[in-house]
Amino acid sequence: MPAVSKGDGMRGLAVFISDIRNCKSKEAEIKRINKELANIRSKFKGDKALDGYSKKKYVCKLLFIFLLGHDIDFGHMEAVNLLSSNKYTEKQIGYLFISVLVNSNSDLIRLINNAIKNDLASRNPTFMNLALHCIANVGSREMAEAFASEIPRILVAGDTMDSVKQSAALCLLRLNRSSPDLVPMGDWTARVVHLLNDQHLGVVTAASSLITTLAQKQPDDFKTSVSLAVTRLSRIVSSASIDLQDYTYYFVAAPWLSVKLLRLLQCYPPPEDAALRGRLTECLETILNKAQEPPKSKKVQHSNAKNAVLFEAISLIIHQDSEPTLLVRACNQLGQFLQHRETNLRYLALESMCTLASSEFSHEAVKTHIETVINALKTERDVSVRQRAVDLLYAMCDRSNAKQIVAEMLSYLETADYSIREEIVLKVAILAEKYAVDYTWYVDTILNLIRIAGDYVSEEVWYRVIQIVINRDDVQGYAAKTVFEALQAPACHENLVKVGGYILGEFGNLIAGDSRSSPLVQFNLLHSKFHLCSVPTRALLLSAYIKFINLFPEVKATIQDVLRSDSQLRNADVEIQQRAVEYLRLSCVASTDILATVLEEMPPFPERESSILAKLKKKKGPGNLPETNDSRRNGKVNGSTEPSEKMESSNQCFPSLFADLLPTNRPRPAPSSSIMPSAGTVVSTHPFTDVLNLNPAPSTGASLLIDVFSETSIEASTEMSEDSFHRFICKNNGVLYENHLLQIGLRSEYRQNLGRMYIFYGNKTSAQLLNFSSSVTSSDALKAQLNVQSKAVDPVIEGGAQVQQIINIECVSDFTDAPALNIQFRCSGTLQNISVKLPVMLNKFFQPTEMTSQDFFQRWKQLGDPRQEVQKIFKAKHPMDKDLTKSKIVGFGVALLDAVDPNNENFVGAGIIHTKNTQVGCLLRLEPNIQAQMYRLTLRTSRDTVSQRLCDLLAEQF
Amino acid sequence: MTMQFMLLFSRQGKLRLQKWYVPLSDKEKKKITRELVQTVLARKPKMCSFLEWRDLKIVYKRYASLYFCCAIEDQDNELITLEIIHRYVELLDKYFGSVCELDIIFNFEKAYFILDEFLLGGEAQETSKKNVLKAIEQADLLQEDAKEAETPRSVLEEIGLT
Repeated sequence: MPAVSKGDGMRGLAVFISDIRNCKSKEAEIKRINKELANIRSKFKGDKALDGYSKKKYVCKLLFIFLLGHDIDFGHMEAVNLLSSNKYTEKQIGYLFISVLVNSNSDLIRLINNAIKNDLASRNPTFMNLALHCIANVGSREMAEAFASEIPRILVAGDTMDSVKQSAALCLLRLNRSSPDLVPMGDWTARVVHLLNDQHLGVVTAASSLITTLAQKQPDDFKTSVSLAVTRLSRIVSSASIDLQDYTYYFVAAPWLSVKLLRLLQCYPPPEDAALRGRLTECLETILNKAQEPPKSKKVQHSNAKNAVLFEAISLIIHQDSEPTLLVRACNQLGQFLQHRETNLRYLALESMCTLASSEFSHEAVKTHIETVINALKTERDVSVRQRAVDLLYAMCDRSNAKQIVAEMLSYLETADYSIREEIVLKVAILAEKYAVDYTWYVDTILNLIRIAGDYVSEEVWYRVIQIVINRDDVQGYAAKTVFEALQAPACHENLVKVGGYILGEFGNLIAGDSRSSPLVQFNLLHSKFHLCSVPTRALLLSAYIKFINLFPEVKATIQDVLRSDSQLRNADVEIQQRAVEYLRLSCVASTDILATVLEEMPPFPERESSILAKLKKKKGPGNLPETNDSRRNGKVNGSTEPSEKMESSNQCFPSLFADLLPTNRPRPAPSSSIMPSAGTVVSTHPFTDVLNLNPAPSTGASLLIDVFSETSIEASTEMSEDSFHRFICKNNGVLYENHLLQIGLRSEYRQNLGRMYIFYGNKTSAQLLNFSSSVTSSDALKAQLNVQSKAVDPVIEGGAQVQQIINIECVSDFTDAPALNIQFRCSGTLQNISVKLPVMLNKFFQPTEMTSQDFFQRWKQLGDPRQEVQKIFKAKHPMDKDLTKSKIVGFGVALLDAVDPNNENFVGAGIIHTKNTQVGCLLRLEPNIQAQMYRLTLRTSRDTVSQRLCDLLAEQF
Repeated sequence: MTMQFMLLFSRQGKLRLQKWYVPLSDKEKKKITRELVQTVLARKPKMCSFLEWRDLKIVYKRYASLYFCCAIEDQDNELITLEIIHRYVELLDKYFGSVCELDIIFNFEKAYFILDEFLLGGEAQETSKKNVLKAIEQADLLQEDAKEAETPRSVLEEIGLT
């Protein structure tokens, strides 16, 4: 029995709970529960009407039983009845039951909604709050449909009580998250922003969460919140700790609100207004200063709250990425935390520094902490902290420290926890390749990886080392020598045998001059491993042997004996058998010349992105690792997805089993396609085909990987929605949209009036996205101007996978609107709708035109009709950098004409817009005024609509 | 602070309170609970309070025999979540007067009511201790009033037979 029983205390319930607690076994518990369920059922079904109290008590018991983990299939109706009780306590239990146990029983939903409606209209704040809490807890679509328009009204009404406003704000937030399409925007939005000014800090706290969520989706509508948030924040950080009374938490002024405001500001770029910007910088400085002051309390709550604000401020500083001094100060502060005695702070400092490492301003400052981080790797007792240290080392790695970091990671790998080994292997492999100046170092590193953690070295890693060795003749001799030496070890990993077999088969001749590695010695060494290996490796070795016959005629007889032996020719495995038969025959019938042609050295691989990156990216997908880590970083760094060039062309060359080692056009034996040997039946798991990568990993792999390395935009994910459209005006590739479930990448190419767009949908979760569909819709007007055809896309996207959709576009005549891309899918049972503007704009159909100064001005004059010219004068939104401007104009699609304008600060360009119906010549001129931070942009074309549209589009860019 | 869910469980792994701020099926909820209880209980006392789990961040802290465990999103602030937990503990403590696990077992509905006043939709609604408790006490007063009006309960109920 509890020491205190507050409130009404339902005795029957307490007795029941005691009984359950006294049950000695699971069986006894189930027995007791079944008895109770039977009792309640009979009461509910009984003739005698139950009074409110009994109903409440039984509903509460059912709830308790449900929370113990048992299924409840009745009692919902009684709970709904409680909702309309006029006794608060009964109503409250009814709502609790509904919140916890609601199911989409449509009859009940109607009744529940009715009860909620009554309570919302009751003007009794306690009842209203109960109803709002229920909507926020359930958050179903049905409720959104019923109340999404009512709640904003309650929220901004002048006479609403503060506590109701708080509930209403968060209720709306929940509905906006679950069914954004049902929450109408309207004139209430402006009034919501003003809640940031409210006197009641609780209202401000609740409202700031709502505004942040809305601003993430529609930044433009909530721009005014920036100045209000800065003002509010500034008042909080400069207040004496007691000013805010009960909102002061362990001597820290309103820490939750501060964090929320700082979070809200991360939805926006740094304020343009200099005064406001100065004020914000001041706030951030104050927060950084406070970190240096002696603590006002020894309680951990004090330091946690203070540092929570500090870390959020640092996130904002990193997000803005514009104030070098703040960034360096943030880095120094985190540096102090790296050695703090609190494990939590060390963990967070490592985490936060990872993002700082990708800013050009602070990258160097982060690097100064390398020794501390390496030390953390060696001494931290908590694996999750060590994991963070690995992440940070990876993030801070560059050419200057790559050797040190790779060496440290390799040595950590010897003792690393099994759960993170594979990931470290991938990271080492990526760093070794990315920063290899000297490829002998790269080869050594990968062989070390195989030696230390062979089991964790995935196919991607050893495929890659072979690709690189094949492509770089300066390292081939070294590689042959090194694998030969490594193979001498009495026990070596099978992955080493694979790499060794392949490399000696190609380049064994480079070391054959030395009698210690003569052809026969090489062959015997390889063959001594043969019987210990799995079938795919043996198959690979057989191919190496036939290559030996070409390289070293003197061992031909020995090898033929091996091929001829029953254990090969009659091997139970059909792949081995086939190779043995075919290779043996080939070696007997072919002349030396033919052999030399057939078994010629492998041609270089087409340069392609490393598939290891794809692997790492995939691994970071949720669910794959129990304690995975840098999905945050990956998410942020996902700047642009520029799918590999090879992607679509690659499908044409279906891999032939022999094509790899025998680069001829010999037709492939028909049956072999069905007898792919390796353990998995999937084609791409076959070691031979894949080393060649004729069949590059399903498109998933090839394109996912690039984003890990494109360290361009950190802030991408927040300001995507509308903003992303403008980002594509001057470029064709990148991330169009991203949320926590889905990433949409885009690659497009245009020729004359035709375009093709490849849209990549990446599932960021570990779960399947079901019923996936995506369609492109255009307004009626646009349909006549722009022909858009989209191909169907797979309805299921596996966890972590990516699918591609191709869209063909034809420009019929000039246009202004943009088509919409509508995506719908189901994830974890919830239907998701995403709608994004597809960045197809008129300038995509430009063909650049070069012309002389004389021609330019002659045509300029010809287009002198005022309707043909559109001019815009505007303030610079970005730093006025000449090279940047040039690349934007070129990206816009026109030819940038040098030495045309007498003033060489100005930019002029020319191009032709191709549409199906007509071609429109365009001339443009951009005149920067550095002092005033302004531009004047002039467009002249033969069509007024074209001039207008192009001018609007381009003006957005500067 | 977008909290996805909060779980309270004992050292023996018994779930004492569960609050979900994202729609999930019962099956998923059970799976998540099982996995997390196991993961958190396996950690040693001095380890850090945060861990990455699936694509979420877990923030947890032990108070006496109870673990308080929250899941937040990637961009969320771990430390402030730790203090969300602490503030909730303070609220329970103040309301029950030196709260213990039994209070939460026997008055689970109160624990839910207090949580709803403090957090809504996974976000802090009211961080002032005074204001939250005031709201709960007002509700309790309403209950007292209502109780007086009720008919006297049967003797049978007093001994727990109904």
